[in-house]
Amino acid sequence: MTSDQLLDAKGLACPMPIVRTKKAMDALESGQVLEVHATDKGAKSDLSAWAKAGGHALLEMNEDNGVFVFFIQKK
Amino acid sequence: MAIQKLTAAQVASLIIRKSNLFIFDVRNEDAFQNWKIEGEAIHYLNIPYFELLEGVDGILDQLPKDTEILVVCAKEGSSVMVAEMLSEKGLDVFYLEGGMKAWSEYLRPVKIGGLKSGGSIYQFVRIGKGCLSYMIESNGEAMIVDPARMTEPYESFAKEKGITIKYAVDTHLHADHISGGRLLAEKTGSTYYLPPKDADEVTFPYTPLDEGETITVGRTSVSVEPIHSPGHTAGSTTLLIDKTYLLTGDILFVESIGRPDLAGKAEDWVGDLRNTLYHSYRELSDDLTVLPAHYSNISELGNQGEVKAVLGDLFEKNEGLHLDETEFRTAVTENLPPQPNAYQEIRKTNMGKLIPDKETQQEMEIGPNRCAIND
Repeated sequence: MTSDQLLDAKGLACPMPIVRTKKAMDALESGQVLEVHATDKGAKSDLSAWAKAGGHALLEMNEDNGVFVFFIQKK
Repeated sequence: MAIQKLTAAQVASLIIRKSNLFIFDVRNEDAFQNWKIEGEAIHYLNIPYFELLEGVDGILDQLPKDTEILVVCAKEGSSVMVAEMLSEKGLDVFYLEGGMKAWSEYLRPVKIGGLKSGGSIYQFVRIGKGCLSYMIESNGEAMIVDPARMTEPYESFAKEKGITIKYAVDTHLHADHISGGRLLAEKTGSTYYLPPKDADEVTFPYTPLDEGETITVGRTSVSVEPIHSPGHTAGSTTLLIDKTYLLTGDILFVESIGRPDLAGKAEDWVGDLRNTLYHSYRELSDDLTVLPAHYSNISELGNQGEVKAVLGDLFEKNEGLHLDETEFRTAVTENLPPQPNAYQEIRKTNMGKLIPDKETQQEMEIGPNRCAIND
């Protein structure tokens, strides 16, 4: 999957992965895709819930060697 | 205004004193619904922290003016962020140090009573998870029963009192929490007992906890007599201590009874569970003090934060002891609450087949114990 921007939130603890994601999303245009890499286990459920609450589409989520990768399309 | 922290120990004291507390839980809704800090005089608001990134103006009217507000999240970080936002609006707020993770791990010792030949029995209440473990000490020696994964609280308590931990005992192979028994035995050089019928698949050496054997704690011989009491697991064992205290493990609770399904054998074990509760326990003295391995409701805590009951009273009041055969079968096999989080992995860890890192162990233990038939 391709993305318009990559946010590296690895090593950051809650709430920073979502704070950074929100900031990065604010700078994107509607329809663009943000790719987020995070290692905080809480990010898995929280990022999906955050995207849902904001009306953004979580296109894909996977885990690779302890790194959670999210593709979120801006509303 | 500055934000202040409350430790898990301080929150536990507030709950036991039945103090008013307003908990603003900023975890996601699923996490909150599944498991939260419980108390008789607690009020709640749950709004996930990620819905507050734009500010807290919109929710200020949902917060009380005259009650202490405690902001809670999973690991502390988000609660500090939200507490600071509220503080900037002029509110005096607290956050929970270490979040729900610290809440889950906090153990609170409370003295239950004395032993005939000198010594005491203490209950360690894991208030965040509803798990109960015990220290029986006499003449400088101690036995720990059903120890939690965090062994440090037992070790420092023993050290403070100048006691040597000689025995660690699990009444059964646990499915809701990771046992600290083996670790405690390794760290203190104590003997680790486990019922052999629950130990078919364990990968480490242990000393069998067999019915009829007596374990002596201290020189003045406080005897601990195991009674085989199957039903929650095949090996579940009840300990009779000093002919006074009955440690019932996950077989009999104060307000409920154990569930037979966590090892996948509900049908096989219904008969065993019924026989233990309706026959074996009936043969015991009515005035024994029942000390279970769990509780489900905060209402089960006494004035000192302890959980105990008189066996004869439970025969009168505990609904699980008043069912006919059919009702009993239905109660223990149907409409059971969800299983404890990660219970299969927890059982494998307690067998020594899985060796998760500390963070994974903490994740596995998230949530309430759910070992009773009705939570």
